[in-house]
Amino acid sequence: MTSSEIREEILDILENIAPDEDLSDLTDDVAFVDQLELDSMDFLDIVMELRKRHRVQIPEEDYTELASMASTVAYLTPLMKDMQKA
Amino acid sequence: MYDTIIIGAGMSGLAAGIRLAYFDQRVCILERHTTIGGLNSFYRLGGRDYDVGLHAVTNYVPQGTKRGPLARALKQLRFTRDDFALAPQIGSRIAFPGVHLDFGNGIDLLESEVASKFPAQVDNFRRLLARLIEYDDLDQESFEISARDVLNDTLSDPLLIEMLLCPLMWYGNAREHDMDFGQFCIMFRSIFLEGFSRPFAGVRLILKNLVRKFRALGGELKLRSGVERIHVEGDQAVGVVLDNGEELEGRRILSSAGLVETLRLCDDVTEPIDQQAGRLSFCEAISVLDREPQKLGYDRTILFFNDSETFHWKKPDELLCDVRTGVICSPNNYAYDPADGQLPDGVMRMTALADFDRWSHLSEEAYRLEKLRWYDRIVASAVQFVPDFRGHVVETDMFTPRTIRRFTWHDNGAVYGAPEKRLNGTTHLRNLFLCGTDQGFVGIIGSIVSGISIANQHCLRE
Ligand SMILES: Cc1cc2nc3c(=O)[nH]c(=O)nc-3n(C[C@H](O)[C@H](O)[C@H](O)COP(=O)(O)OP(=O)(O)OC[C@H]3O[C@@H](n4cnc5c(N)ncnc54)[C@H](O)[C@@H]3O)c2cc1C
Repeated sequence: MTSSEIREEILDILENIAPDEDLSDLTDDVAFVDQLELDSMDFLDIVMELRKRHRVQIPEEDYTELASMASTVAYLTPLMKDMQKA
Repeated sequence: MYDTIIIGAGMSGLAAGIRLAYFDQRVCILERHTTIGGLNSFYRLGGRDYDVGLHAVTNYVPQGTKRGPLARALKQLRFTRDDFALAPQIGSRIAFPGVHLDFGNGIDLLESEVASKFPAQVDNFRRLLARLIEYDDLDQESFEISARDVLNDTLSDPLLIEMLLCPLMWYGNAREHDMDFGQFCIMFRSIFLEGFSRPFAGVRLILKNLVRKFRALGGELKLRSGVERIHVEGDQAVGVVLDNGEELEGRRILSSAGLVETLRLCDDVTEPIDQQAGRLSFCEAISVLDREPQKLGYDRTILFFNDSETFHWKKPDELLCDVRTGVICSPNNYAYDPADGQLPDGVMRMTALADFDRWSHLSEEAYRLEKLRWYDRIVASAVQFVPDFRGHVVETDMFTPRTIRRFTWHDNGAVYGAPEKRLNGTTHLRNLFLCGTDQGFVGIIGSIVSGISIANQHCLRE
């Protein structure tokens, strides 16, 4: 998957776990928590959804990499580059 | 071999089951009863639908509110607000002799009632609001402070303290006399800061949605499948033996049966258990009326009453029930969607404190008689605070601590479980966890949040 496909996938996950959020003007380099109502349980869900959908394992010490869209995509790109978009 | 075996198909077990099945675990929920729901189930009698427990779904916030336990529970289970179809209350009341406080959803009405009935206390009341602790910040230590100490320290009118404690204890306090401050904060939020609601179709709508989702995700639910024993090897549980002798293996076990009840199942526990089971149980007297309560001039949704200035929250010591205090719920008095129309019958439900031991020692004959007698006494106490509806009753039902015990297997028919909670959900075995009532969160939303958070903490991270 390319970086932009990964970004799309993260948006899809966010839409799934927080359907009430308006994601249309999400700013990529601002932390999710500063623009969305996400709590620690939601962050766990991003990790769990990635595992469920793509078998990507993210160790707990790397959860901080998922702070913003930009950092998430940067972190996932090498891990997911060989995967096919579903 | 299951990834997780869940004991109990009440709110907490079903919620945990959905989380685990959603993330592709092999999950089996084992339930001893012939139906789901546990302490908050439903039944049909004489052609009418009844709810066992539901007075109110607490934690109601307006649609679109993104924070708080209700939003969190729906989000985590991938439900929308429409799935629970919650109609807000009309308005509720705390009634003591000569004074009452009305409250609605959100704190505003209660705050203005305090200002008008207890003008000298309103600043203290605001100070109390500032001291409430957020859900996420509750640790075991701050949880267990005495709520009465905090209240005595913040408010100086003993009557106001009793009036505030009355609904909060009634809807979620397993401890007699006093309340853990953590539990006080949880209940204060769920009742006064947020509020009451009800699906038009009652609790069955919520339960059916939970079980449908669980099954659609591949979860297995086995009814009539009581767990008789938990097999232990070393420091871990390896499986369960059912009442019919069948054995199932699991990599971990999550139990909503209660702490003492669960420990007793473990085959490594041979000594008597020193933890205490809860003792507070209820009788519920249900009256079906020939008209809606509003036709009798009564529009309160829930009314919490106490017939003197001092509120006694304890197991009755000499009688089968204590009717000095009680809760009166009128399921008709919600602001239902006009498209739903009105409930088929007018209903008044009242709850009184009851003593499990006394109820359980009665002969069958005496039990039937005492049920009739105490129905009358409970209703007679309630009509001190609501219009006398007794001439309009067309049908009654009454359940007792014995009924609660028979269908949920909780020791003493306890409704809110043990006074000491296990907030982290752990036990002496490294793969046996508790959820629901004895973990700490009670009520419908509370137990759903409990199932979710224990599943997240202990069953999904590896
Ligand atoms: C009369 C009454 C009124 C209430 N009113 C309200 C209200 O208005 N609003 C509100 O929010 N809450 C209310 N509650 C409280 C609420 O119903 C409970 O807090 C909640 O349902 C608890 O859910 P739980 O999953 O923790 O436990 P439970 O519902 O007790 O679930 C435990 C399940 O485990 C099963 N079980 C036990 N032992 C075994 C075993 N060995 N093997 C297999 N299965 C087993 C039981 O049968 C049960 O189904 C009320 C409760 C009562 C009794």
